[in-house]
Amino acid sequence: MDYECVIGLEVHAQLLTDSKLFCSCATTFQAAPNDQTCPVCLGLPGVLPVLNRQAVELTMRTGLAMQGTVAAANRFARKNYFYPDLPKGYQISQFEEPLIEGGCLDLEVDGVSRQVRLNRIHLEEDAGKSIHGENLADPDKSYVDLNRTGVPLMEIVSAPDLRSPEEARAYLQKLKMVLEYLDVCDGNMEEGSLRCDANVSLRPVGAETLGTRTEIKNLNSFRNVQQAIAYEMERQRDVLENGGSVVQETRLFDAARAVTLPMRSKEEAHDYRYFPEPDLVPLQIEPEWIDQVRQSIPELPDARRQRFVSEYDLPAYDADVLVASRAMADYFEATVELFPQPKIVSNWVMGDLLRELNQAHHSPHEAPVTPTHLAELLRLIDDGTISGKIAKTMFEDMYRTGRRPEDIVAEQGLVQMSDSDALREVIEQVLARHPEQVAGYRGGKEKLLGFFVGQTMKATQGKANPAMVNTLLKQLLP
Amino acid sequence: MPGMEPLHVLREQLVSGALNAVDLTEAVLARVDAVDPELNTYVTVTAEQARQQATQAADAFARGEVHSPLQGIPLAIKDNICTKGARTTCASRILERFVPPYDATVMQRLQAAGAVMIGKANLDEFAMGSSTETSHFGATRNPWGNAEYVPGGSSGGPAAAVSAGLCAAALGSDTGGSIRQPAAMTGVVGLKPTYGRVSRFGLVAFASSLDQIGPLTQDVHDAALLLQVIAGHDPHDSTSGDVPVPDYTAALDRGVEGLKLGVPREYFVAGMNAEVEAAVHAGIDTLCQAGAELVDVSLPHTPYAVATYYILANAEASANLARYDGVRFGFRAAEPADLSDMYMRTRAEGFGAEVKRRIMLGTYVLSSGYYDAYYKKAQQVRTLFRQDFQRAFADCDALLTPVSPTPAFRLGERLDDPLQMYLADIFTIPMNLAGIPALSVPCGLTTDRLPIGLQIAAPPFGEDVLLQVGAAFEATTDFHTLKPDGLPAAREGDRYGL
Repeated sequence: MDYECVIGLEVHAQLLTDSKLFCSCATTFQAAPNDQTCPVCLGLPGVLPVLNRQAVELTMRTGLAMQGTVAAANRFARKNYFYPDLPKGYQISQFEEPLIEGGCLDLEVDGVSRQVRLNRIHLEEDAGKSIHGENLADPDKSYVDLNRTGVPLMEIVSAPDLRSPEEARAYLQKLKMVLEYLDVCDGNMEEGSLRCDANVSLRPVGAETLGTRTEIKNLNSFRNVQQAIAYEMERQRDVLENGGSVVQETRLFDAARAVTLPMRSKEEAHDYRYFPEPDLVPLQIEPEWIDQVRQSIPELPDARRQRFVSEYDLPAYDADVLVASRAMADYFEATVELFPQPKIVSNWVMGDLLRELNQAHHSPHEAPVTPTHLAELLRLIDDGTISGKIAKTMFEDMYRTGRRPEDIVAEQGLVQMSDSDALREVIEQVLARHPEQVAGYRGGKEKLLGFFVGQTMKATQGKANPAMVNTLLKQLLP
Repeated sequence: MPGMEPLHVLREQLVSGALNAVDLTEAVLARVDAVDPELNTYVTVTAEQARQQATQAADAFARGEVHSPLQGIPLAIKDNICTKGARTTCASRILERFVPPYDATVMQRLQAAGAVMIGKANLDEFAMGSSTETSHFGATRNPWGNAEYVPGGSSGGPAAAVSAGLCAAALGSDTGGSIRQPAAMTGVVGLKPTYGRVSRFGLVAFASSLDQIGPLTQDVHDAALLLQVIAGHDPHDSTSGDVPVPDYTAALDRGVEGLKLGVPREYFVAGMNAEVEAAVHAGIDTLCQAGAELVDVSLPHTPYAVATYYILANAEASANLARYDGVRFGFRAAEPADLSDMYMRTRAEGFGAEVKRRIMLGTYVLSSGYYDAYYKKAQQVRTLFRQDFQRAFADCDALLTPVSPTPAFRLGERLDDPLQMYLADIFTIPMNLAGIPALSVPCGLTTDRLPIGLQIAAPPFGEDVLLQVGAAFEATTDFHTLKPDGLPAAREGDRYGL
């Protein structure tokens, strides 16, 4: 029998707020353990939560950008379970009344456009971190770091609209991109700012009802998402084809072995005993606030890609690469602003800049070569001060040192030789040194022109203006 | 028998210089030493801190600085209100050694006002009870009735301390009657403010949507003075109301002439103590003679109060008490085998029977499959209680009812009968469910010389109306001036001129 895979993703995105969801502790990554805690996030007796408005706003921005509806009245709920890194014994989350209802995300997979519906987006606090085992004062003990406790997360729940591991991966990549554009989440999966659980089931092709699903936890890279779902699909297919039935359970992805393993069954599932959080009043959201947040939504990647093609006349491929990150697209536009030849800028950004960024693990705004520096460099090529070849070397130098191109040109005397008398002299010397090649060229080996250009460049340490060299060679050789 | 003067009288003496704040605190501490071994009103006496605060107050008076009516006034604080540096136990083994690193908002306000904290007063474990018998530190005894009776609860410690002159006034907390019922049973004044009138930040939560801190005092005037200091919006408590705080003492002289006072017929039930019923009726008559107009009103959902309350309060409690897990603070069972053993034994050994009973009930009513039948239904009924009161207050300015169907009962009498114990709060619970303020004032004694209380309830943020009616009642009665008799150690007070 042919099966169809049905996938829904639950993505937890850490919000880029200055402080935690219910107290004023900072949210910086990698602070010393338990340094970013206070009586409120430690859940000491008697403390009360106070909601962070910025977190609400960022979630609203996300929901509105993805065509969701902001619920005029929504509330928080307590999700009850015991775990050492959950100080209160419950997590403050949203259950029956989430902040955002509905919404959608458009994807393109293998050239085909798909719209994935969202069920909801809700706001909740993160738990802490339990640390077991080695590298600690006592390897037999477990330790708890509560720095992350109370950090604001939004949980973005998709409808079961995804049909393949590739689509799931594309969804997550697109979502990450949109969140970065919205400036609501840094999208760093390694640091856990973006985490994903997948609900996976199979059903016979054409069937309406959903099959029994499993939930896979702990998917912390795009690769993991794709691999885990692919494995789980095959596993469920085997079960079904052998006449078995899929057990509803929570499974954990083991990235080292690329398999999913049972974590807890439905019988062992927690009864979270959700109920409305009595320490917080229902959140009333005025229409004015929604309008205000709507104004703060920046241009999103799809719109920007289209604009790059229409406004800058860039090939679709260039536009795709450039808008993949908001910082890259911003870098491009800032450079074009100063040097209005978009395709040339695009080539440099996608080529030299991207290469240096990848090597240095920098994001575009960290690049030592700023858009201003790059534009200056491109102008030097454009006005013939330096050659394109020199510019390539200079770019590497600029990236290493952070210096301006003019300074490097002045210091190293890299100004292009455009003095025709001087060049003529150099070329005459080159021809005098290579009588055989001159004879060969005159005998019809026109390819040797490149040889003479190379020798001339070499003799001028690359400073010769290539166009002039070509012209002069053609005058002197016949 | 001489006893502790009311707060407002002490204040006049302190301001005039007739009384020194240090002498006052020393006298109270000495009286605590003498009397409290028998009554057990305090879990912890913070003598050193009290002396420092009294010295500061005395110095301020000496410099002619008077910051607030509470300056130099010795207070008892219920031991579920967090006090920085002074252990806050909730009368539970699980918090026996817990010392909060922060002060509750009410404590910050009391300190800013220059008040003196004598100590942390006893309560039913986690404020769950109506007799102050479930405390890990032993039962508190009622100063009345030869110390053979309970003081009510859960604020039995603060109420008995006020009654026995072991402080000038006290702070308690009221979730289903825990200020008013012990106030009635020990012959003092107890005020449960509107939900949201006083910050809950730093009050160890029992049932978050019902808990409220309030004063226990010797008379209504004192309640006005104490409420004035602790009331008001707190940005650290999202459920506190951003509503202006009126001048409460201004309400004290208004009298009741022209006021319409409602008497809900459902609050006089078959089986209630005849002496209580008679005393409450007499109290109602007193107010009628003082010029109030009586109105017959109905609060039809009253019979469902106890059931509704025990679902909602226990549901919230089951979550609120989850943090006592032995991981970060408080008691942890010795030598746990693994994580779940640590959880189970810590909580089994750290909590008393009543607390465990309520956690189990609360967990049950929130469980999958039962939520709709219990918790959700109870929330709906809660709305009906609010509507009951709204309708009643359309016809009257305040309500008059008994506080408790019986006077204080004997120690141990109801400990094995939780249902009987729960019924002690039948007339006080509805106000918590509706979030409205209510006041208990002494209105008589039984033939066994046990105090009886009259309850006055008002619409949300109508504390001034409560104080107005309460003060009018005290103006024509002297029940609030009666002191417990036969309290052996009370005679010790003579030595200190109290």
